[in-house]
Amino acid sequence: MADYSELNPINIVTGFLGSGKTTLLRQLLSSPKLADVAVLVNEFGEIGLDHHLLRGVTESVLLLENGCVCCAVRGDLQQALRELLSQRTRGAIPHFRRVVIETSGLADPAPIAYTLLSDAVLRHHFRLSGIVTTIAANNGAGQLATFAEAVKQVSMADRVVVTKGDLCDAPTLAALMSGVRRLNLAAQIVESADISDDFHGLLTDDIYDGEGKQREARRWMIEPHTTQDAHAHTTHVESFAVVCDRPLDWTSFGVWASMLLHRHGSDILRLKGLLNVAGMPTPVLVNGVQHLMHPPSHLPEWPDADHRSRLIFIVRGLQRARIERSLAIFNEIVNAPAASMA
Amino acid sequence: MCALCGILGGSGEWSDSASAPAVFASRAEKQTRLRERQERTRLLNAVLKYYGVSVKDWAGNTYLLTGRTGRTAMVNAVGEIWSAVDRIGGRRCDPLDKDYLGALRGRSG
Repeated sequence: MADYSELNPINIVTGFLGSGKTTLLRQLLSSPKLADVAVLVNEFGEIGLDHHLLRGVTESVLLLENGCVCCAVRGDLQQALRELLSQRTRGAIPHFRRVVIETSGLADPAPIAYTLLSDAVLRHHFRLSGIVTTIAANNGAGQLATFAEAVKQVSMADRVVVTKGDLCDAPTLAALMSGVRRLNLAAQIVESADISDDFHGLLTDDIYDGEGKQREARRWMIEPHTTQDAHAHTTHVESFAVVCDRPLDWTSFGVWASMLLHRHGSDILRLKGLLNVAGMPTPVLVNGVQHLMHPPSHLPEWPDADHRSRLIFIVRGLQRARIERSLAIFNEIVNAPAASMA
Repeated sequence: MCALCGILGGSGEWSDSASAPAVFASRAEKQTRLRERQERTRLLNAVLKYYGVSVKDWAGNTYLLTGRTGRTAMVNAVGEIWSAVDRIGGRRCDPLDKDYLGALRGRSG
């Protein structure tokens, strides 16, 4: 399998109905640094996208036998992405390096991630780079209070772009920004009016990008024991950081995280980690979406003098203390005498 | 590939550090795929004893799970182990279960 960082990155642009996804996408696609992008859109809205590699898809979710909604396959994307690959190989379309998928307003981003990692062909060509979620300042708070879909889109995001700030007053905007932060500790939150010339980083920064990984990792340097509880929303989502003083054994961490995501992946919307792995002088980065973990990445150096492991969880109904205890116990087992483990 | 059974090596799963040499290049002590599997199998036996399930590495790329009643399952990746444990262990394995963590703590401490 090719090095994961060399696969074609895919960005998901999502957001509730009328939150400005297409407007943002049109702005992003105007960047010369994003010239080699193919775009898949679910619905052609009122705002036209003039792009040379634009394809329409019709969201179709295939539920698997286990019935888990996040482990569903987006058959439409499977077909569209395979077709893009085929056309690129034949030279029938201009070369593209990155794909942006604009979802419908009610879409769940999780099945897209599952589709990319589970498809036997796509997993060798594409990787999920990041999820960008738009939310409108004037009615976003109401949507978060009413619609579980909106909560999930914000909770799973790597970037949240707050749009239409000119349509509300400053306190309303500040309250929404604060509400978004409560849902998602690690996301970069920007106001669309503040997006500057280097906005391509909204898509290109990720833990596999040579230039962007250091910036992305810094966003994960959450203060220890920071907890954001967003229980006022329709879906009880909590965002917190678990900090470990002792280096983590990689094999033990892999077993623990795999078991945790098997049992509780439905309630772990995101898991991001900057890990101090025993025996390694530099940090390892891990990134999960519900039941799935992406391959790890690494940084050439620590972002600052604090070398403790940090794991950021965005969860529904799971206790931080229990997660901390479980991780610590699994990490101790690796050092237990062999006789006591048998 | 194993010449006898024809099974391709390399699981390619995320927790397999041997599959990501660039990520773990700065590791002080180099890890081989076989050694990592041995260590993982040892850990799996420790964490699954509570559920009455034992694990053996078979042919370097399959895990053979055996329950108390003799029920067995073969899986190719760590991520597939837990469903098999649920099945042959007779209960859902949960790393956040209070009693389970208490039992593990007693063993490690």
